[in-house]
Amino acid sequence: MGELRLMKGNEVIAEAAIRCGCDGYFGYPITPQSEIMETLMDREPWNETGMVVLQAESEIASIHMVHGAAGSGKKVMTSSSSPGISLMAEGISYIAGAELPCLIVNVQRGGPGLGTIQPSQADYFQSTKGGGHGDYRLIVLAPSSVQEMNDFVETGFKLAFKYRNPAMILTDGVIGQMMEKVVLADYIPRVTDEEIDRRHGSWVTNGRKPNRGRNIITSLEMDSLKMEHNNIRLQDKYAKMEEEDVLFEEVQCEDAEYLLVAFGSSARICQKAVDQCREKGIKVGLLRPITLFPFPKKPIAALAKRVKGMLVVEMNAGQMVEDVQLAAGCNIPVKHFGRMGGIIPSPAEVVEALEQKLIGG
Amino acid sequence: MNLADIINPNNLVYEKPKLLTENTMHYCPGCSHGVVHKLLAEVILDLDIQEKTIGVSPVGCAVFAYNYIEIDWQEAAHGRAPAVATGIARCNPDKVVFTYQGDGDLASIGAAEILHACNRGENIVVIFVNNGIYGMTGGQMAPTTLIGQVTATTPNGRDAGRNGYPLKITELIAQLPGTSYVTRQSVHTPASIRKCKKAISKAFQAAIDKKGTSFVEVVSTCNMNWKLSPVKANEWMVDNMFPFYQPGDLKDSTKTDPASYTPLKN
Ligand SMILES: Cc1ncc(C[n+]2csc(CCOP(=O)(O)OP(=O)(O)O)c2C)c(N)n1
Ligand code: SF4
Ligand SMILES: [Mg+2]
Repeated sequence: MGELRLMKGNEVIAEAAIRCGCDGYFGYPITPQSEIMETLMDREPWNETGMVVLQAESEIASIHMVHGAAGSGKKVMTSSSSPGISLMAEGISYIAGAELPCLIVNVQRGGPGLGTIQPSQADYFQSTKGGGHGDYRLIVLAPSSVQEMNDFVETGFKLAFKYRNPAMILTDGVIGQMMEKVVLADYIPRVTDEEIDRRHGSWVTNGRKPNRGRNIITSLEMDSLKMEHNNIRLQDKYAKMEEEDVLFEEVQCEDAEYLLVAFGSSARICQKAVDQCREKGIKVGLLRPITLFPFPKKPIAALAKRVKGMLVVEMNAGQMVEDVQLAAGCNIPVKHFGRMGGIIPSPAEVVEALEQKLIGG
Repeated sequence: MNLADIINPNNLVYEKPKLLTENTMHYCPGCSHGVVHKLLAEVILDLDIQEKTIGVSPVGCAVFAYNYIEIDWQEAAHGRAPAVATGIARCNPDKVVFTYQGDGDLASIGAAEILHACNRGENIVVIFVNNGIYGMTGGQMAPTTLIGQVTATTPNGRDAGRNGYPLKITELIAQLPGTSYVTRQSVHTPASIRKCKKAISKAFQAAIDKKGTSFVEVVSTCNMNWKLSPVKANEWMVDNMFPFYQPGDLKDSTKTDPASYTPLKN
């Protein structure tokens, strides 16, 4: 078993990156996630594993540095919080269009605009529906514990390379800033240049080789028919993600009459709310989507046949609720309860909302 | 004398650089981009770095640069080539990375990326084709457009009061300690082409020697959007651009130690 530590969520992202053999991190400071780069700079992984860590001049530069390094087949990442992710939208679209793997961490804060540095889940739409221009999707992982902050770094990279697609860890200031015990992963060595050529020689731009000719990485295609083909290839890839890589967790759903649906830190609160409901004699379960894209449509559809109603709890004005409604269909009520602006709902508020919106109503 | 006597390797005085592909260039006849591509292809082959060079193409008329030189290429977003090149170069320090950028790409939308890449002294080469206009989008004003110059968005000539002043970004870049070799060239005569090739070669050598950023501006023509014949465009460039963008080296510290990005040790 790996090393047991008490750590902050943000610090764990940095530690997990070093340990999973990440080749480079490019970022720009923003609260509530600055500890990620600070931890990396303090750890000096360039001395230990050879990992590059660079403070860029902006989030725009950060994501385009990731674009470049990812093109050479390296395992690279960036992190930011909501306003910074908006700036990265251009680069993320280019990376998705050029079909390159990378990891992006969004430790969300409240918006819109400069908003607040307090936690929020208001970037659900931005992360799962695109964010930048064009028809593309990110693989979006939503951790609900510091342990998952650790685990999803490697999971994110694995999926990013499996699909040659950017993956995002969508978390928030609660998980980023809270300390919990965590079992750290063991070190994985960085992938050598020879191995990169062996695995990814068909697409990487790291210098033409006698055995492979030259590679070009671009998202540009002026021939509309070919461009449509490129789009179809992307859509096929996203469909494959929905078939093969949906992750979710069910808590006390077996006998549930009502269902809470929540991701990330909201799911932690809902877990408590489930307990409080059951103490009151209300049979409530929790479905926690772990991948927000691909979205767990099937388990929600299956539960929609068994429960009397669903309450989607989010720290936003109602975003994931639209996906839950689509998956659940029209036979049961699917309601939303949310707090915004950096307010974290209490379990008691969730119980009350459930009683008012579903049971009493 | 028959044809075989004439077409004989011993008589060869000029040939297409081996690193240029067979693709027909999309540039307008008379455009400077094609000549600069040719020089790049020659220099990369001369230095025998075609298997470790990665080009980063811009958004601009040179967006398809990757179609013409037989090396690995990555296409960047508008203005972001220096960031893309930074990512490649930092994670692959044994490779040679260059950006190829127009004046709108480099001096307007990508001003932050180029200044900071140069200021960090990234070991990259920057080829900066300054034609004083946005060629690709149909001839709008660029930051480098001269006062009084007519473009699609300055139909009565660039007016400093409305549009600000032409930006000598190369002079700014020469101030930065991260740059080693900063030069301004042109490709409008055989002599200037030869000089420009030397400059490009020196710039690549500086990057190979890890001297920091080397920067080659090529004052260029866009005869299409200047609405001049290729010959007249060259004349216009000499008469109007050269007095403001004076050709020559702005900085050469390739013989001294570079400003290093190695982290300081306690
Ligand atoms: C984000 C973004 N904004 C605007 C454009 C449109 N655009 C394409 S090329 C270009 C200007 C290119 O001018 P320059 O860099 O001088 O290159 P040239 O064509 O003159 O060689 C613009 C504005 C774009 N592609 N992307
Ligand atoms: S529009 Fe101008 S820059 Fe573009 S290819 Fe034609 S001459 Fe060259
Ligand atoms: Mg131009």
